Amino acid sequence: MTGAGSPSLPLHRGLPPGALPLRRGLPLVALCFVAMIVAVGAAPFIGSTPIRLAHVFSRSMPFADNVDAQIFFIARLPRALAAALVGGTLAAAGVIFQGLLRNPLATPYTLGVSAGASLGAMVVMTFGAAWSVGGVASASLAGAGLAVLVVYWLARARHSGLSTTVLLLAGVTLNAFFSALILFVQYLSDFAQTYRAIRWLMGDLDVASFAPILAALPLVLAAFVVFAWLARPLNLISLGADAAASRGVDVERAQRLAFFSASLATGAAVSVGGPIGFVGIIVPHLVRRLVGSDHRLVLPASTFFGAAFLIACDAVARTILAPLELPVGIITALIGGPFFLWLLIRRR
Amino acid sequence: MRWVRGLVGLAAIGATTSGLGVLAAAPAARPLQLQPPVRRIVSLVPAVTEMLFAMDAGNEVVGVSSFDHYPPAVETRARVGALVDPDFERIISLRPDLVIVYATQGDLIARLDRAHLPIFKYQHAGLADVMTTMRTLGARIGRASEADRETTRIERELDAVRASTAGRPRPRTALVFGREAGALRGIFVSGGVGFLNDMLVAAGGANVFGDVSQQSLQASAELLIARAPEVILELRPDEKWSDDRLRQETAVWKALPTLPAVRSGRVYILAEDELLVPGPRVAEAVRLMADAIKGTGLFSATPAEHGTGPGPF
Repeated sequence: MTGAGSPSLPLHRGLPPGALPLRRGLPLVALCFVAMIVAVGAAPFIGSTPIRLAHVFSRSMPFADNVDAQIFFIARLPRALAAALVGGTLAAAGVIFQGLLRNPLATPYTLGVSAGASLGAMVVMTFGAAWSVGGVASASLAGAGLAVLVVYWLARARHSGLSTTVLLLAGVTLNAFFSALILFVQYLSDFAQTYRAIRWLMGDLDVASFAPILAALPLVLAAFVVFAWLARPLNLISLGADAAASRGVDVERAQRLAFFSASLATGAAVSVGGPIGFVGIIVPHLVRRLVGSDHRLVLPASTFFGAAFLIACDAVARTILAPLELPVGIITALIGGPFFLWLLIRRR
Repeated sequence: MRWVRGLVGLAAIGATTSGLGVLAAAPAARPLQLQPPVRRIVSLVPAVTEMLFAMDAGNEVVGVSSFDHYPPAVETRARVGALVDPDFERIISLRPDLVIVYATQGDLIARLDRAHLPIFKYQHAGLADVMTTMRTLGARIGRASEADRETTRIERELDAVRASTAGRPRPRTALVFGREAGALRGIFVSGGVGFLNDMLVAAGGANVFGDVSQQSLQASAELLIARAPEVILELRPDEKWSDDRLRQETAVWKALPTLPAVRSGRVYILAEDELLVPGPRVAEAVRLMADAIKGTGLFSATPAEHGTGPGPF
């Protein structure tokens, strides 16, 4: 279908300008995949504590007495996988939001998801001493869900369809409103709670078990199924809503699916690692420079590269000041801040 | 109490600038001999409020901070805000002749100075500074003998705790003062300096993070496994958890089943009110910690399976 019309111009194939042919792009996607696999494989070998490899995989030693294997399998491997899940999800959600809003500066947090998630987490950290197991993660997911519903309701209220302009304005306003509520909650909390809350906002991937990853996985996987379906509609929408509609895309449905899937995936990622910044904007832009603008290439490449990127940032965060740990959000921000500025200047 | 954890948190924000470990209480720079007797005291520092009551000056306390809850008599006193939100108008409306402030409350101190109100500056520091502060404060308010009586009692009780643990092995202990409820995430532990570390050492423990020259640090799973604490002492005085909840929260540590403390069931959550207050009840707090370290504490995890233990998956 997409090959119909003049084969020489990407526009005529329903592709955004600057799209690379699949034939040339796929090897680059494979390269990003290899980068992710290498990162997941290498990260458990890096850390603040020296471990003996011979012991890690030794079967003769009881696991309970094998400190090296414990560090490898309990502390580092879940952490690398959490970084992969969060990094890949945020990067892919960034691609979807940039496509949905047709704005290169959109991030997974633009529409208030992270502010909602943060508010949920803050409320439980401050008032939720009585809450039971899984408190902060589930509360942040609930907060994200609340933000998604409010933004969606606002975007629908005065418009028959789903207006991306209203969506953007509602999201930005809700971000500010939730931020004010977060400040209010922090004012009511004591200093230790405030400190822990600030620390949570900086991002932390030390999950210490596979349980938090498994808890977030169903939501993330469901979102990625939708992402895969969205690649082609997003390509067409990037040419303009009318052009997409004329080619048979139900624009409103695609926008709605993009909004909900990317928002919920972001909420799940934030519930695992906190609102780690900049991954959702740096990675898609870097990847687009590599594989072009075809979402069928950008989405998988961003997912794999985002995973590798966050694993690498976390490896730096946990080793650079050992035995102290730097919050991973500081590393991503130190890289992402200047990159974001460069992006702004470059667009002029 | 809440505010002490606050201080620990603030100290952690100040991170590497850890001069805090060597600070001592400092009275305001006013000539002592010229001061009239103190009749109306406002205290913004809960630990100092406790000190005042302990040295029989409770009747002179007319205003306390919003975090004061001990002794029960403070509930009848006026509330004047706390570290970050002191209510200057309410303080002067109480016509105090001594205001006890944190030394870091620079703006408040400047305003009190302009109002010519006498100040006693409090600085949070180590265990020995509790006694120093009490003696300085006692001299300042004309109750030196009461202060001496109390500090002698505290020191005697601390000596008794030290004697009870002398000659025993000092188990490698992680002193946890913050953790996400229901999960092993966001774990904050005492480093090798400050009040909490001093209490742990006095209680007969050896701090597994004693080499970290900060008051607090965040302990990752890797750090905990590598340091392998034999005892985990968690201080949670604020949550008012039920016994059932305390057992649940203790069991949360089974997610790291290979820590020696978890394997031998030596994870203790202490919830007593006085645990984090560097005031006159500090010796009781140290005794509670010592009892837990000696294995006579109230709550402990059911020992995990011994022998080969669970595998990685």
